[in-house]
Amino acid sequence: MSNVGIVIVSHSPRVAEGAADMVRQMVGNEVPLAWCGGDPSGGLGTNVEAILDAINRAWSDKGVAILVDLGGAETNSEMAIEMLPPERAGKVVICNAPVVEGAVMAATEASGGATLVQVQATAQELSPA
Amino acid sequence: MSTHPAQVAEARVLINHEVGLHARPSVKLTKLAKGFGARVLLALDEEGPWIDAKSIVKVMATKAPKGAVLFLRAEGSDARDAVEALVALVERDFDEGEAYAVPS
Repeated sequence: MSNVGIVIVSHSPRVAEGAADMVRQMVGNEVPLAWCGGDPSGGLGTNVEAILDAINRAWSDKGVAILVDLGGAETNSEMAIEMLPPERAGKVVICNAPVVEGAVMAATEASGGATLVQVQATAQELSPA
Repeated sequence: MSTHPAQVAEARVLINHEVGLHARPSVKLTKLAKGFGARVLLALDEEGPWIDAKSIVKVMATKAPKGAVLFLRAEGSDARDAVEALVALVERDFDEGEAYAVPS
């Protein structure tokens, strides 16, 4: 696909999946999209391997924008980016934006063929300076 | 005259959609606007402020309610097509009609 991909990372798999549902229903299927959340035992959490897998599932040569909820979602996403091969790591960014709204805004921007920088900027327009 | 004269197209359209220009309609309008090369602007008043119809954040922030008149303006070689397409989308109630479930 030629559009920037979107990854949603939440501590709760249901939050992540629900946000992804909103993106699919509101924006459509023209944006690569993946989500992850929760720990393997069914509790709340995030982990680096699952985030890496989600980045690869949503991969686009135009890059991938990650939306995160709280604390560990962000630090684990940063670790996942560091573990990517260098040619991919440079094309993945974390958006400083609310996870649900940011995902919908970012995906809308991405659906028009915007660059990764534009997609991230659109998501971050939501955040107070 | 140049081969691509700068064209300006304008229209106004009444929002009949039950919940107005809320989340899903905003996404549809923005996505449609992005498909045109023309600069596309919208406003709730002829005097403005005019906002970029290709900016999902700005379009969603307008919160135009049902009954509001949407002013559209496009500038560029496909300006007329852009305005026609956007008017048609609003007149079709964003293709959602009665099926739209009003969020609580």
